[in-house]
Amino acid sequence: MANESVATKSYPLYEARKKVGAFLRKIKFDHWKGWIYLSPAIVLLLIFTAWPIFNTVRFAFLEKYSSLADLNPDITFEFGLGNFQYVLEYQYFKDCLFNTIILCVLTVPISTFLALLIAVCLNSIKALSRFLQTIYFLPYVTNSIAIGMVFAAMFNIVGLNRADINASTSLGIVNNIIQFFGGTPINWINAGSGYWENIFVMVVYIVWNALPFKILILLGGLQSVNKQYYDAAKIDSTPKWRVFTNITVPLLSPMIAYVVITGFIGGFKEYSSIVGIFGDTMGPPGAKGRLNTMVGYIYDAINGSTKQYGRASAAAIILFLIIFAVTLVNLQVSKKKTHY
Amino acid sequence: MKVELQNLTKIFPGRNKKVHEEVIAVNNFTFTIPDGKLVGLLGPSGCGKSTTLYMISGLQQPSGGKIFFGDEDVTDLSPENRGIGLVFQNYALYPHMTVKQNIMFPLQNLRGPDKMEKEAMIERAYEVAKLVQIDELMDRKPSELSGGQQQRVAIARALVKMPRVLLLDEPLSNLDARLRLQTREEIRRIQRETGITTVFVTHDQEEAMSISDLIVVMKLGVVQQVGKPQEVYDNPTNLFVAKFLGTPPINVFDGEVKGGKLYLGDAAVLDVPGVDDCKVYVGIRPEGFVPAENGALEASLNNVEVMGRDVSVVSTHVASLNPVVRSIVDADYKISKDDESVRFDLKPHKVFLFDKETEERIYFEVK
Repeated sequence: MANESVATKSYPLYEARKKVGAFLRKIKFDHWKGWIYLSPAIVLLLIFTAWPIFNTVRFAFLEKYSSLADLNPDITFEFGLGNFQYVLEYQYFKDCLFNTIILCVLTVPISTFLALLIAVCLNSIKALSRFLQTIYFLPYVTNSIAIGMVFAAMFNIVGLNRADINASTSLGIVNNIIQFFGGTPINWINAGSGYWENIFVMVVYIVWNALPFKILILLGGLQSVNKQYYDAAKIDSTPKWRVFTNITVPLLSPMIAYVVITGFIGGFKEYSSIVGIFGDTMGPPGAKGRLNTMVGYIYDAINGSTKQYGRASAAAIILFLIIFAVTLVNLQVSKKKTHY
Repeated sequence: MKVELQNLTKIFPGRNKKVHEEVIAVNNFTFTIPDGKLVGLLGPSGCGKSTTLYMISGLQQPSGGKIFFGDEDVTDLSPENRGIGLVFQNYALYPHMTVKQNIMFPLQNLRGPDKMEKEAMIERAYEVAKLVQIDELMDRKPSELSGGQQQRVAIARALVKMPRVLLLDEPLSNLDARLRLQTREEIRRIQRETGITTVFVTHDQEEAMSISDLIVVMKLGVVQQVGKPQEVYDNPTNLFVAKFLGTPPINVFDGEVKGGKLYLGDAAVLDVPGVDDCKVYVGIRPEGFVPAENGALEASLNNVEVMGRDVSVVSTHVASLNPVVRSIVDADYKISKDDESVRFDLKPHKVFLFDKETEERIYFEVK
């Protein structure tokens, strides 16, 4: 009886505090220590990631936005899809998209397959394996612009813009080798070179550049595969190719999926490799911007004389949607094909 | 298929390159495995039993000696050409394949005249699966099977191509105690039904004794004794074999032979005619003790453990090299836990004498 009377008596302030406390506990604000520890990372992420993402989306949907307008807060812009429409109808953007997709579709499968082959070979070599692993990893730690310049020199000396001199089209080690075997030298990247020649050089360069990371991942995967699977296969007189396709590849499938997905994501963001070969003209002399990519287009739109933030943002969002879709497809496919 | 090992030797180079040290894993192993028998290679870890098995399989090359399957010299033959089935300790089932695919995998590798149609392969796979009683599980992945089931799949995969010799590396070590009992019966049954010459490796003497036709006891790469399990148990050639076989283990004493009598401590416990006077190790099997009121061997009683049919008498004796003397006697003998001491007579054929230096058996006439 005494208990009942205590319970029915009400203390409004106490009740209110209890409610607030329960609410705070619910949203975990009482874990204030944890939030303080996380705050440096959260603040940095908010400033350098969340805020730019928010602005990208905002700019993309603002019609005819100009950064100059920030000086006058009275100017407002309409919301609309104008930037997307403009970008998608703009031929140069479509060319950039095409370049990006071509490079992606060519380089990711080639580099993954080569990396797999090299990783398997490296894994089966006993002597010098450490040394060879280091050599194969070198491109990863080398500046990609520097590598690009070396590649440019191997194919043609770029930037001389000496289309009038015949010699310039036959320069470079690659052409020397072609000539040694009696072929005619090809104008790879100099003024007057063809689009597919340019793409070929880009593919070779990007594949070479992408190999070390993939080899590293796949080699790591291979070394964690139980050797007894191979002993078992050996006893059952399994041919080498069957060991590769039926044992090695399935057991490596999680790593292969990872390498392919990150490869596509990286491929769609291709930019610096083209700068490495062609410089920031993004194309051979006389064909400026011919090999430009999506990211290149975004940079150009921001840095151009007109500062087209809206179009750059729209392009960035389109790029994001493409990467998102491709990754989703990749994940769906790998879900069926990988064996964890 | 008869398997003959002649002076088989395996030497592993030392890891340290500066100090030239070698590890002799298997030393001069000569043994013939009769056709259709189940042979257990038995020994403690590091005794070279697995190395021997891997040399028979061809996964490891012997440093010396020869291996014959029947009359064919297979020493230099690679594993795929030997026609063996090998079951790995952790089964090595391909995790991305179903049970059916795992079992069919060896068949799909067959080339030339042995090449099989797909229907024939499936039929054979089911046949073998039925033999090891996993035909219900054919569409599962190995990760969805219990340890015992995985074990059977591994055996099925080894059997499916009808190997000339079946090799099992510690086949039961990954199973729990109950499954182990069950699976070892299974292995015995499968081996009987197929009649394939089978070699298996184990460090568990009980396992080896219970299912093998022949056991080979090894120590540090050297074969200690070969024989039928019961023979080896009843007639160990040296102290190591005597100690290694039997649960509970044999009781070892310091003893002395004087004038044809064996002394443990001060008491003469047994007549051992034909043995010269010397100090010896004495091994007495737990079942070699017979409680007797005027028994020759007196030990102070620690405990009596009732096990139903038998009674385990735990006692201590000054000459014993084990912490306690454990004897198993019939429950009909009434021994009270409260007694200070207990007296035994010894069964002569359960008493073994071993040389103090060489630890080799010293035989005496059993009347």
